[in-house]
Amino acid sequence: MGLSASGLSLQRTSDYSRRLRHLPGRLAFWFTILIIVSPAALFFIWMISLSIKPDVDNIAYPPILIPSQPTLDNFAKVFEASPFDLYTINSVIVSGSSTLIALLVGVPAAYGIAKAKAHFLAVFVLISRITPGLSYLIPLYILFRFLSLTNTLWALIITHLVITLPLVIWVMIGFYEELHPELEEAALTDGCNLWQAFLYVSLPLSRPGVVVGAILAFIFSWNNFLFGAVLAGRETRTLPVAIFNVLTFEQVVWGALAAAALLVTLPVLILTVFVQRHIVAGLTAGGVRG
Amino acid sequence: MDESANKGNPVIATTARIVRPAGSGYGRRYRYLPFIAPSLLVIVAVVAFPWAFTIYMSMHEWQIAAAPKYIGLAGYAGLFQSERFVGAIGRTFYFTALAVVLPLIFGTFAAVIFHNEFRYRSFLRGIFIMPMMATPVAVALVWTMMFHPQMGVLNYLLSLVGIPPQLWVYEQSTVIPSLILVEVWQWTPLVMLIVIGGLAAMPTEPFESARIDGANNWQMFRYITFPLVLPFIMVAAVIRTIDGLKTFDSIFVITGGGPGVASETINIYLYLQAFAFNNLGHASVVVVFFFVLIVLFCLLLLYLRQKMLWA
Repeated sequence: MGLSASGLSLQRTSDYSRRLRHLPGRLAFWFTILIIVSPAALFFIWMISLSIKPDVDNIAYPPILIPSQPTLDNFAKVFEASPFDLYTINSVIVSGSSTLIALLVGVPAAYGIAKAKAHFLAVFVLISRITPGLSYLIPLYILFRFLSLTNTLWALIITHLVITLPLVIWVMIGFYEELHPELEEAALTDGCNLWQAFLYVSLPLSRPGVVVGAILAFIFSWNNFLFGAVLAGRETRTLPVAIFNVLTFEQVVWGALAAAALLVTLPVLILTVFVQRHIVAGLTAGGVRG
Repeated sequence: MDESANKGNPVIATTARIVRPAGSGYGRRYRYLPFIAPSLLVIVAVVAFPWAFTIYMSMHEWQIAAAPKYIGLAGYAGLFQSERFVGAIGRTFYFTALAVVLPLIFGTFAAVIFHNEFRYRSFLRGIFIMPMMATPVAVALVWTMMFHPQMGVLNYLLSLVGIPPQLWVYEQSTVIPSLILVEVWQWTPLVMLIVIGGLAAMPTEPFESARIDGANNWQMFRYITFPLVLPFIMVAAVIRTIDGLKTFDSIFVITGGGPGVASETINIYLYLQAFAFNNLGHASVVVVFFFVLIVLFCLLLLYLRQKMLWA
């Protein structure tokens, strides 16, 4: 007993001395980490700083990082100056609906493509990822004008499917190709039809994939600016379009602008930090971006 | 021997052979059609239809609130006569080259670092990938403020190390490098994620034997790590090329293509032609050209990747 304890302490000392010997290397390593992470960290710290400073501090030189009197006035200003709550609801409806529809239609499709090994369909999905967003937008713009759908949220929901559907299908194909077929075959042998086998066996097993697909689809739809910029009217603006218009059409007020920008991107940043592991898995599966 | 009636008929016999084994062949594949059909319908409506319609439009002089006029392939023939468009192509290549190469270098480096085990790795990686997940417009607005020549924080940071203030995006010669700064900041994380996937999949044996043979860190990276992750770097290169060519949000928000046309890439040109100047026909021609360009670049990079794998 005593022997093993002393052995342990001996090991600890040698561990300690080894760590000491590697100290310069470790310092260099952490310095490198600092260099790598600081552009991202400093940017968002500066963004927060801009949003909680009164405008006098925002245009001060040299710049002030930590305000003497932090204020939430800028956030209040955002809601006073524009129907920011309406835009938030628009964004939630558009991204939520287009993600939901994409899941409803895309998850079975991914399952079918993986099972039937319909690779040409997968390539088709990939092509829609390569195509520039504007190439969908010009014809759809004309179509929506013809159908009197411009200035409705429907136009936005439908176009956002261009982002969400390929993404969901692409992420889910990967999941279903790796799923072991035994359980499903057992279900089929026991008299389930294909849909039952999918609904009661494969779908529950692929729940992690569905979560990843849903999160990514929602984020990329939430972040999208171009479709809203062309198709949205005053009442149907999504958040990215709204904050862009604040910049161009009203007097430039840095504090309020930074506050608005922060509000728009905060949900995404929180999601990123908390479900990072899943996002990473999903992103690297197909290297997808809207 | 079962004397079935259709045995003598080759057509029915063949058909029966195809249909009968319910577990294989065509029957098995086509029973998944109902799963795929709804998606196929949506994709045809929002992807394939726009494509067909774009090609149709590209053969017309098309403006909102005016009857389209058929001009055939004249739009394509006159494409390169527009000096502004040719300039946009050049700027797009310049922008894309830097937007691919720099994130590849920094991203690979970051991946090698993040591949180590260290404390708070997961949290720090989360911070590191925030730029690529954040809403591009929101981020671009803050960059616009930071680029401000008088009140922006970037010139202050430069002054700390003794560099004179710059005009950043307000000057023709520095506007694209400034936008590249944003692009690199935003998309280096994506390269890191792809390359780190490659590093995670690497076998450990070559490293152990190289270590025994006395290889140093740089040699191990140069002769083992790099060749093994090269396919992943090439995948990242393809994705970066596609995204670099298509970059829209940051350029549009920060400069709108200016000053003058100094940062007007193909995508910005396209937007302005379609939705500011109402030249929908011409814009459609540009879309078709742009798509072909992107596909050609993808194929070229994939071809290079094959070459490297076999070299």
